[in-house]
Amino acid sequence: MNLRWRDALRLVGGSLAAQPLRSLLTVLGIALGIATVVLLTSLGEGLRQYVLAQFTQFGTHLIAINPGKAKVHGTSVGIFGSERPLTLEDAAALRRVPGVEAVVPFTYAQADVRFEGRTRTVFVYGVGAQMPAAYRFRVAAGRFLPDAPHGTARPFAVLGSHLRRALFGDRSPLGARIRIAQERYLVIGVMEPKGTFLGFDMDDAVYIPAGRALALFDRESLVEIDVLYRPTLPVDQVVRALRRLLTARHGRDDVTFTTEKDMLEVLGDILDMLTLTVAGLGGISLLVGAVGILTLQSIAVAERTREVGLLRALGAETGTIAALFLGEAALLGTAGGLAGLGLGLGGAYLLGLLIQGLPVHPSGTYAGLALGVALGVGLLAGLYPALRAARLDPVEALRTE
Amino acid sequence: MIRLEHVSRLYAVGDQVVHALDDVNLVIEPGEYLSVMGPSGSGKSTLLHLLGLLDRPDRGRYLFHGEDTARLDDRHLARLRRRHIGFVFQFFHLVPRLSAAGNVELPMMLDGWPLPRRRARVRRLLEAVGLADRARHRPDQLSGGQRQRVAIARALALDPELVLADEPTGNLDQAAGHEILDLLEAVVAQGRTLVLVTHDPELGHRAPRRLQMRDGRLFESPGGVG
Ligand SMILES: Nc1ncnc2c1ncn2[C@@H]1O[C@H](COP(=O)(O)OP(=O)(O)OP(=O)(O)O)[C@@H](O)[C@H]1O
Ligand SMILES: [Mg+2]
Repeated sequence: MNLRWRDALRLVGGSLAAQPLRSLLTVLGIALGIATVVLLTSLGEGLRQYVLAQFTQFGTHLIAINPGKAKVHGTSVGIFGSERPLTLEDAAALRRVPGVEAVVPFTYAQADVRFEGRTRTVFVYGVGAQMPAAYRFRVAAGRFLPDAPHGTARPFAVLGSHLRRALFGDRSPLGARIRIAQERYLVIGVMEPKGTFLGFDMDDAVYIPAGRALALFDRESLVEIDVLYRPTLPVDQVVRALRRLLTARHGRDDVTFTTEKDMLEVLGDILDMLTLTVAGLGGISLLVGAVGILTLQSIAVAERTREVGLLRALGAETGTIAALFLGEAALLGTAGGLAGLGLGLGGAYLLGLLIQGLPVHPSGTYAGLALGVALGVGLLAGLYPALRAARLDPVEALRTE
Repeated sequence: MIRLEHVSRLYAVGDQVVHALDDVNLVIEPGEYLSVMGPSGSGKSTLLHLLGLLDRPDRGRYLFHGEDTARLDDRHLARLRRRHIGFVFQFFHLVPRLSAAGNVELPMMLDGWPLPRRRARVRRLLEAVGLADRARHRPDQLSGGQRQRVAIARALALDPELVLADEPTGNLDQAAGHEILDLLEAVVAQGRTLVLVTHDPELGHRAPRRLQMRDGRLFESPGGVG
């Protein structure tokens, strides 16, 4: 082919521009498919990064222990009464397992917190002294709850940063006496801001000893025990040791262990489903787009048969004819891909603005992939019409009315 | 330059065989001016398409500059058509979305000429056919005679040695037809070879060498050589 690239592009662009509405509609077909894919992958990637950030924020070497046997892997469905409760004594015992660096007994409920006539309904978290280390959650002022593995813990409270501002404003809360539900507590510390973890607000909250919280809420079992283990140890080995201990204490294996790996697996399942949806939706709309290009180019070849005959008479090779028609299809596909990318990214951006807290994260890989797919779809759909144009007999083509 | 030896072109229509060309022998020397006349369906266009390497003989040989064209592949044939042969058709065959200049530019584009060189040549060609002021007009903004002049400028774009015109005046009134023929005859004056198919005996008789076709057979007209 002697035709220069730039000239080929001019001819191809000219043919498409001569039928602006038709070209636009075809481009739109591809664009919608690509936009769907870009938008949904942006959401999926956003979700993944959000959850990953949530976990890494709290340290990746945590194992959660919940009462009851999980029915679905990863999520613990505790059926109270049918198994032994998870107790503070269990938590204390777990601290002696080799490789364990910190243990946090955990329970929570909502309750009113009152100070000098101000009342605020917040989460009350019953935790252990090792919580700051385990959750990477630092104390801003004062100190955290003292260690009281045995015996009764004293009525001390540590405020979340948000609650502290709501109740005390600029005053120092240290040493103040607040009322949680019907009990009185002494404020001994304030936490740094931490944000939310999987929907739990860590800042608009108050932290009290887990033993006190169990009594306050009239509960027998902890909701969870979190174990921080030495990073150099394989997680399976730690879980085995923990399970042996709890099985011995409870008489049977009636708790569920969830590691970060498990959580990411659940996330992986969700993302897989999202990916499948994306692939399905994108595939269907791209198929529609491809049929559009195939139809348009078939019509173009039929309409421009005489022109093909003329180009052959002027000395165009069959390959040049094929390249020109294929170029039109490729340009339609690429234009559709670019438009779809714009639509998808714009849509993702708008969605992020409109719905607060919705994690949207456009992925460059997927965007590039979408563009490549659009080009590929254009080429594939344009191949048959282009070959048909190239195979036309020039004499008959010239004779066409 | 051109030599046809026992060339036949057959079409099967139903169970009947049509001899569009029937044992045609023809030698054309460089610089010759031939007219081809004959009734409709006698095979004139078929002969021209064959000479123009758009079609191949079913029997016989076609030698172009001594080379058997049956042995040439698509790329060779395309290059010969591009650089050595210019076509002019009865129905102009201009690309409707391209301007006059754009249509004239096409063969040079296909041959890979750089833009500045093309521009200069397009201007000269349009001047030569008297359409310098219509360069930006699209075909539907031109008269029939003007369209055919654009087609002639396009046929001459790569300076071909052989110009094949298939009833170039067939769609024009007499005045325009004469103008077109004047342009084509100027081509011969430049030393090119012209084969002109026409229904008009008056135009046909202007050629020094006249061929007649009947039922696919080719005859030299008496007194034609001169
Ligand atoms: N594709 C084809 N299939 C069948 N027959 C064909 C085909 N092309 C041409 N023919 C036949 O070949 C013969 C010659 O056709 P051609 O077009 O060369 O005639 P022509 O002399 O140019 O006629 P006109 O003066 O009307 O243009 C005709 O009888 C025509 O019917
Ligand atoms: Mg004819």
